[in-house]
Amino acid sequence: MALDNLTAATAVELVSELQTRRLSATELTQSCLNRIAAVNPRLNAVITVCEEQALREAAEADLMLQRGDGGPLTGLPLLHKDIFCTRGVATTCSSKMLENFVPPYDATVVSRLRAAGTVMLGKTNMDEFAMGSSTETSAFGVTRNPWNTDCVPGGSSGGAAAAVAAGFAPLSTGTDTGGSIRQPASLCGITGLKPTYGRVSRLGIIAFASSLDQAGPMTRTAEDAALMLQVMSGVDPGDSTSADVEVPDFRSQMGDSIQGLRIGIPQQYFSQSLDARVAQTIQAALDELVQEGAELVDIDLPHTEQGIATYYIIAPAEASANLSRYDGVRFGYRCEAPKDLADLYERSRTEGFGDEVKRRILVGTYALSAGFYDAYFKKAQQVRRLISQDFKHAFEHCDVIAGPAAPGVAFGLGSKTQDPLAMYLEDIYTLSVNLAGLPGMSVPAGLIDDMPVGLQLIGRAFDEATLLRAAHRFQLRTDHHRIRPTLAEVGS
Amino acid sequence: MPTTPADVLSVAQLARLRIEDSALDDVTDRFGRILDLVAQLQQIDTEGVEPMSNPHDMVQRLRPDTVTEGDQREELQAAAPSVEDGFFLVPRVID
Amino acid sequence: MNWEVVMGLEVHLQLATESKIFSGAANQFGARPNEQACAVDLGMPGMLPVLNAQAVRYAVMFGLGVGATIGKRSVFDRKNYFYPDLPKGYQVSQFFEPIVCEGLFEVPMADGSLFPVRITRAHLEEDAGKSVHDAYAGQTGIDLNRAGTPLLEIVTEPDFRTAEQAVAYLKSLHSLATYLGISDGNMAEGSMRCDINVSLRPQGSETYGTRTEIKNVNSFRFVERAIAVEAERQRDILEAGGEVTQETRLYDADRNETRSMRSKEVANDYRYFPEPDLLPILLDDHYIEAIRAELPELPGAKRSRFIDTYALNDYDASLLVDSRAMADYFETATAISKAPKLTANWILGDLAAALNRAALDITASPVSAEALAGLILRVADETLSSKLAKQVFDGLWQNEGSADAIIEARGLKQVTDTGAIEAMVQQVIDDHPGQVAQYQAADEGKQKKLLGFFVGQVMKASQGQANPQRLNALLKDMLAKR
Repeated sequence: MALDNLTAATAVELVSELQTRRLSATELTQSCLNRIAAVNPRLNAVITVCEEQALREAAEADLMLQRGDGGPLTGLPLLHKDIFCTRGVATTCSSKMLENFVPPYDATVVSRLRAAGTVMLGKTNMDEFAMGSSTETSAFGVTRNPWNTDCVPGGSSGGAAAAVAAGFAPLSTGTDTGGSIRQPASLCGITGLKPTYGRVSRLGIIAFASSLDQAGPMTRTAEDAALMLQVMSGVDPGDSTSADVEVPDFRSQMGDSIQGLRIGIPQQYFSQSLDARVAQTIQAALDELVQEGAELVDIDLPHTEQGIATYYIIAPAEASANLSRYDGVRFGYRCEAPKDLADLYERSRTEGFGDEVKRRILVGTYALSAGFYDAYFKKAQQVRRLISQDFKHAFEHCDVIAGPAAPGVAFGLGSKTQDPLAMYLEDIYTLSVNLAGLPGMSVPAGLIDDMPVGLQLIGRAFDEATLLRAAHRFQLRTDHHRIRPTLAEVGS
Repeated sequence: MPTTPADVLSVAQLARLRIEDSALDDVTDRFGRILDLVAQLQQIDTEGVEPMSNPHDMVQRLRPDTVTEGDQREELQAAAPSVEDGFFLVPRVID
Repeated sequence: MNWEVVMGLEVHLQLATESKIFSGAANQFGARPNEQACAVDLGMPGMLPVLNAQAVRYAVMFGLGVGATIGKRSVFDRKNYFYPDLPKGYQVSQFFEPIVCEGLFEVPMADGSLFPVRITRAHLEEDAGKSVHDAYAGQTGIDLNRAGTPLLEIVTEPDFRTAEQAVAYLKSLHSLATYLGISDGNMAEGSMRCDINVSLRPQGSETYGTRTEIKNVNSFRFVERAIAVEAERQRDILEAGGEVTQETRLYDADRNETRSMRSKEVANDYRYFPEPDLLPILLDDHYIEAIRAELPELPGAKRSRFIDTYALNDYDASLLVDSRAMADYFETATAISKAPKLTANWILGDLAAALNRAALDITASPVSAEALAGLILRVADETLSSKLAKQVFDGLWQNEGSADAIIEARGLKQVTDTGAIEAMVQQVIDDHPGQVAQYQAADEGKQKKLLGFFVGQVMKASQGQANPQRLNALLKDMLAKR
C-alpha cells in the first residue's frame, strides 16, 4: 500500500497490511507522527505527543509481527483522550489543575489496549474535565474542526474526533457522559460508539459524572470500532460499576443481514425544531437501512424534553463531589504561598479550574445542598428512572432507535460560548442515552454545506452487537464514512 | 426562582471557590439561568417513582479481604506539592 | 431545680480486617507515614472503591450480636466536606440506608441488673487520615495510612442518664467486639472512639433539651469526667437563664473541661447523596443465617450459663466473661479442677493481680489454664494450704514446672496428718507453759488473740506447712483439755 494512503486507511485494512508484513508498525507510526507534526499545529487536536515511546512500542510490535505473534490490534497507532491516565505520560484533562500531573498508573482501558499491541502516539485535547460540547473550554487552546478550521470539532472528545478525521491515527479512545463521543463524531464525520454503562471499565479514567461516564472507540468505521471495543470491553474487579456480563465477539455477526430489524423513530426527535436539512439527511440514511431490510417503527419517548434538565442536575452534582479531591494537597495545582488552609483550598481551586468547570461545580453543589436536595437532585433521579422506562417500553416495539446525533453541523468557534444553555442544547439527542445507561453510536450520514452530519443509533443494554451490525450494513452500502476533509498542511 | 449573589457566594463557599466581586453579577446571572432550566422538572409528576442512581439493577460485588497494595509512597508522592518525612504538608490547621 | 442528664453515644469501631474497606492496602497499626496509603486511599484521579467482604461480614456479626434487624439492602452515600485528612473531599459512609437497623443491647451493670440500650443503627464507613500539628513549623503534616480503614459507627438512642451507664455500655461494647473478633476495641489506640451527645432537661420533662456533642473521648475515665463537667457546664448556663448552644466540643483532659471546636463552628452542609461508584449491598437470608450460625457464644449468654452451670455469682460471672480469652481460660481450668468457685477466685485474684503487675493479657499468661488447674486440685485435696499455694503459684509463674513438681522440689506438702500436727502442738504446749496458763485463764475474746501465738509457733516448727484448719481445731481442743 502506498504510504500516502495510510492516513485514509481503516484499522482493518492496516492490520491486514501489518500482518502480511507489507507494512511495518514503525513505518506506520512514523507516518502518523509526521502527519501530526504537519497538521496538528493548525488543529491543536493532540496536546501531548509521545514520539520516542511510540517508536519504541512500534519496534516491539514489529518484533511480534515478525514472529507471527500479532493479535487483532498489534502495531496499530492510537491516541488517548487526555482523560485516560497513562503511566509516565502527562494526563491533564485539559485543565490547569492537572497540567503537570503524571500518573504512576495506567487506566484499565489503556493497559488492555497496550497489551493488545497498540502504539500510543499521544493524548488528545478535550473540554476541561470533559465538561463541554465544543472543546472550547480546554485550558490549552481550542481544537479546530478539520472540515472547517473556523468551526468547533464538538466536545468533549473534540481532539480525538478531529485527530481521527484528519488522519492522525486510525483509532482514538474517547469518553462520553452526555454525548461527548457521539456529538464530536457527528461533527467531524467519523464513527464513535458509547458502550452500555458498565461495558468498559472506568478505572483510571478521570471521573466527571460517575453514573454516566463511559469510554468508547472513535474510529473511521463500525468495523474498526468493533475491533477496538472487543479489547476495551469486559468486567474489571477494580471498578464496582463494571458489569460482569459476557463479551460477545462483536465482529463475528457484523456482516449478518438486518432483514426485519425494527428501527424505532422517536416522534420527539423529529419535532418542528429540528433543522430541516438535518432531518432530510437522517431520513435519507434511514432509507438506506430500509433498503437493507430494516423496518421503521414510530415510537414515543415522552420524557425526551426533560433530559437536559435531568442531566444538568445529575452530572454537575456528581462532578461537584468528584472534583473535590482537587485541593492542592496531594497532587495537581497548588496556588503560590497559601497563607492558611482556607486560602490553599480556595485559591488552588479557583485558579486551577476554568469557568465552565466552576459553574458546574456551583450548580452541582447547589442541587445537593440542604433544602434543595429533594427538589433538584432527588427529583432528577426520579425523572431519570422515567427516561429509562421510556426506552424500555420503546424497545418492546423495536430493536434499535435512530435519530440525529446532534441538532446541526459544526458551529463557529465562539458562537455558543456566551450562553451556557445554547451549548447544553447540543446534547439534546445524546444525553438521555447516558441517563438510561444504553449504548449509542454515531456514524457519518452525509454532508450539509460540506459539513458532516451523524446518524445516531441507540441499542438495548449490552446490545452493541446489533448497533454495530446495523452501522456496518449501512457503511457497506454508503460512502459517507469514506469522505475525508481536505486539509491544507501547515505552511502550504 | 431568582438567585442572588449571596446565594451564589454561600454555594461557592461550600465548594471552596472564590468569586471575584467583578465577576459576581455575571456568575449569578449564568448560574440563575441554569437553575431556571433545571427547575422545569418540578412540573413532572414523580409520585411513587424510585430515584435511579445507577442505570442497571446491579448489586455491589465484594472483594476478598487480602492485602494487594504494598508501600508505594515514593511513587505516589512524586507529584505532591509539599512533602516532608513522608507527610503531606498543608498550612497549619487550627482545631 | 432538678436536672436530668440525657445522653446518646456514637461509637466508631475500627474493624480488624486485613485490608482497607475500599482498597487492598494493609490495615495495620503503626506503619510509617503514608506507607499504607495506596492510590485509591489517596483519592488520586481515576481511582475507584471496591468493597471488602470481611467488613460487611463484621458489620452483620455486630448487628446479630445486638439482636438488630440487618439491612438487607444498604447503600453507601457521600458525605461531603473539606479537610486535609479527607483525601477525596468526601467520606464514603451510609446515611440513608444503613447495614444494621434497630437493635437492643442489654448492658450488665455492677449491681447485677441489665440496663437496656436501644441501638438506633450501625453503619459502615471509611476512616479519615491523621494530622500532625506540632512537628512542622506553621504546617500540619497529613498521614493517610488510616484513610480507608473500615469503621462501624454505632449509634444509640438517648437512653443514658448516668456516666456509670455510659461506661458500662462502652465496656460491654468492647467485650462484644472482642468476642466477635471484629475489632480490638482499644480506646487508647483509637480503634474504639466515642462521641457523647449530652443535654439536660428538668426532671420529669418529656422533651429533650439542646444537646452538645463531645467528640473523640478516648478512655473510660475521660468519658466519666467529660460527662460530669459538661453536665455541670450546661447546668450553670440553664440555671442562669441562658441557652445551651448546639455545637461540637472537645474534652480537654489536662484542664478537665470541654471546649468548643473552632474548626467545626461553620455549620457543615454534608450534601449526602448515594455514592455512584458503589452499588447497593444486597444480603439474603442465606448469607445472614450462615453468619448467625457461626457466631460465638456471646458475653450475655455465656454469663448466664456460667451462673447456671457453675453456680457463680453475678459479679464473678461478669468479670470472667469480660473477655473471651478469660472465659475460655476459666472453663479449661474448671474442666480439670472440678472446683469452679475456687478456680474463679484464683483467676480473679492471684492470677489477675500477677498479670496486671506484669502488664500482660491473659492470652500471654505464663501460667496456663492446665497448670493453674493442677495447683487448684492440690488446694482442693488439702495437699496445700492457701498460703503454700501462693508459693506454688509463684513457681508456676517462674516456669518451674507443674504444681506437683514444684511441691516436690520445694518440699511444700501441707502437713494434714492429725497425728503429726498433734505431736507438734504437744511440743509447743510443753515448751510454753506460761502462755498456756494465760490462755486458759483468759476470756473468749482474749483467747482468740492468744491462739495466734500458738499457731505461729507450730507454723514455725512445721515451716508453714501445717494445715491451718486442722491446727486450729487441734489447738483449741488440746488447750482446752488442760
